[in-house]
Amino acid sequence: MESLLAPSFVSGLAALAAGGAVCPPGLLLPTAAVNFHSLLFFLFAALACGFALGVVISDNVVRMALYLVFSLAATAGLFFLSGAEFVGAMQLMIYVGGTLVLLVFGVMLTAQAPFIEIRASASDRTLAAVAGASLLGLLLTAALSVDAWNAPGAGVIPDPSATPLGMAMVGLRVDDPPANAPVAGRAGYLLPFEIVSVHLLVVLVGAAYLARAKRRRTPRPIEALASAVAPASPPAAAARSGSSSALVGGTR
Amino acid sequence: MNGLPCTAAILPLLAANPLTEPVGVIHYLVVGAVLFTAGIACMMLKRNALGVLMGIELVLNGANLNFVAFASPYLQAEGGMSLGLDGQMIALFVILLAAAEAAVALAITLNFYNNHATVDVDRADDLKG
Amino acid sequence: MVELLLGFGLPGWLAWTVAALVSAALILNVIAVGALVFIWAERKVAARIQDRLGPTRTGGKFGWLQSLADGIKLLAKEDLMPDGADGLLFKIAPYVSFCASFCAFIALPFAFDVVAQRLNVGVFFVVAVLGLEVFGVILAGYASASKWSLFGAMREAAQVVSYEVPLGMCVVVPVMLAGTMDLVTIGEKQAGWFTNWYLFHDPFTFVIFWVYVTCAVASVNRAPFDLAEAESELVAGFHTEYSGLRWSFFFMAEYGSMFLVSGLAAVLFLGGWNGPVPLAELLGWSGRGGDTSAFLVYLVRLLGLVNLVGKATIGVLFMMWIRWTLPRLRIDQVMTTCLKYCTPIAAAMFAGAMVWQLLLPGGLLPGWGRPAGEIREGWLEGPGGSPVRVADRD
Repeated sequence: MESLLAPSFVSGLAALAAGGAVCPPGLLLPTAAVNFHSLLFFLFAALACGFALGVVISDNVVRMALYLVFSLAATAGLFFLSGAEFVGAMQLMIYVGGTLVLLVFGVMLTAQAPFIEIRASASDRTLAAVAGASLLGLLLTAALSVDAWNAPGAGVIPDPSATPLGMAMVGLRVDDPPANAPVAGRAGYLLPFEIVSVHLLVVLVGAAYLARAKRRRTPRPIEALASAVAPASPPAAAARSGSSSALVGGTR
Repeated sequence: MNGLPCTAAILPLLAANPLTEPVGVIHYLVVGAVLFTAGIACMMLKRNALGVLMGIELVLNGANLNFVAFASPYLQAEGGMSLGLDGQMIALFVILLAAAEAAVALAITLNFYNNHATVDVDRADDLKG
Repeated sequence: MVELLLGFGLPGWLAWTVAALVSAALILNVIAVGALVFIWAERKVAARIQDRLGPTRTGGKFGWLQSLADGIKLLAKEDLMPDGADGLLFKIAPYVSFCASFCAFIALPFAFDVVAQRLNVGVFFVVAVLGLEVFGVILAGYASASKWSLFGAMREAAQVVSYEVPLGMCVVVPVMLAGTMDLVTIGEKQAGWFTNWYLFHDPFTFVIFWVYVTCAVASVNRAPFDLAEAESELVAGFHTEYSGLRWSFFFMAEYGSMFLVSGLAAVLFLGGWNGPVPLAELLGWSGRGGDTSAFLVYLVRLLGLVNLVGKATIGVLFMMWIRWTLPRLRIDQVMTTCLKYCTPIAAAMFAGAMVWQLLLPGGLLPGWGRPAGEIREGWLEGPGGSPVRVADRD
């Protein structure tokens, strides 16, 4: 029963966080001791950073994919908190729901026992840690050196609406220009939108072409490997003639 | 490593109770920096091609977070300048292009796997002289 | 509700916390109680269709307590884990599934303004979060270290990702008619008699509703699209190795999703919380006149709640009817249905509805009882290139 308690606690926490989104982001509480927006921000920020570190530290590629899913979902929460609701939903739909499902698919197709865990050498780890730490230090120094970014936010948000985004996509800007904008005129995004859609089409065709099933006379190296590894028993032979024999994952 | 200006800037942030203050751009920038660094470290460290791909996703995500933070009027200080809608637009395009990039990279990885029976990028050295 | 709590003199943070907890608890109850009721209903429906009686003994004449007994049995079952399984992933997978199903309910309105969080991108959010449920299934399939589970998971991944495309197209049509992605506004625009429902707006929406039904059934993995757990080929598919409470979490997620897509269909196409006959309007309770007591407003909301839950329940019963009537498709037939039929039909209907909206925005049937003076967000390019906001014709 103990093993059950921990995950249910986690899901309860997620439920609490989800229910906590009841607090509209813009509404500042007059009598509040705790700024709920900040509290939720720190929750989601901790989740995003923690799972991102999990991706780096973990050696198991399937767990890496899972941590990446959680990290990106927490980032979507951060998008919602900053008032970019459409971007947040887009992140959930395309990034988490589309791209990462694809990625997990790829992980499973290639998740043969020797490749699930490829450990980097200790020297590589040290190098990565040093380089990462110095890069983080550089980025933080740069970010903290600008005074305008260090001030706490004003805490006022207009009602977020997806309409200006959609109108900008078809080339008409209806949003109010941001305060203190250096230039008055702003461009629509019709041309980038069209370019991206054509680009996506090209990628769709290209990816389908690259990953298509080819008929070949000689067995593929992966099939040769499978037949070399598998013991000569009827079930193994049957599995070998199927799509792949060593798809069964899991590590202990 | 962070030098003097950094510690001087970070002190007032630590002095205030973070839970009662509204968050600002800098909070998002810090999270974005952590995601970015994690992605770079992932790309350096992983030998699995898909692990490298995950690192790229993290890097793009960290950058996206910065765009959205700069675009959000909520996070700006009084009289601060926000990117407005343009930041959100760029974030949207980054998400779309990341999807395209992931599809192509995955197709390449699967092809590599089919031809070499491995996904270890260190073993993609056929052209080595 | 926060205003109510603040009125009691609670400090702000406590009021927000209590409101959040109550919302979360209510949604959790919708899923849990819904699953209890629907499991019983599924047994009875299946029995009736197969000319049987179904549960008759547990808890009285109709076997009312059957699902409670099922629950106790599941609680008492041994929690097994295969030896080769990846422990962490195996344990976490059911909760991932359940959380996704749960989170999607945040943006689903149950009556006018009875919604945990009114989101400007409500439709998009619900569809996006619903798509995340697949992760739990994929993880379960992988982590079980069983061929059957993995095949089920792969099928599920391919199927759900494919069906998101036509599903998205279907969902866009009501969004286009209403001019917003806010589910509360979409529901409110269909107020009045049933002729105002988007289902009857024009022939294209009528057709696309049935495409939506097909895609929704497929995206929640119900028969005839339940390839992920095809018991005739894959033992039990992705949850072959699960037992006890963890298995029941998958089950609850499935019934939660069924209720969710039915509720979404009700809001998008079937008038949401507006009944076929505007009862509250006819009795003068609706509060559109301005002077309505708080009790009447509460009563009208309750009526709307009953309406929406009723419609969603009918949707779930419809899915059960389909499940026990149609045979399961093969995996290639599933993909064919999606790519060769649903997607082109949805695209054509989308284009048709667009043209119809340009030519005849009022719809096909007379708009009895349609709320007057509604304003669509429309934008035109005014003089000097500056945008001008305009109200729509109706």
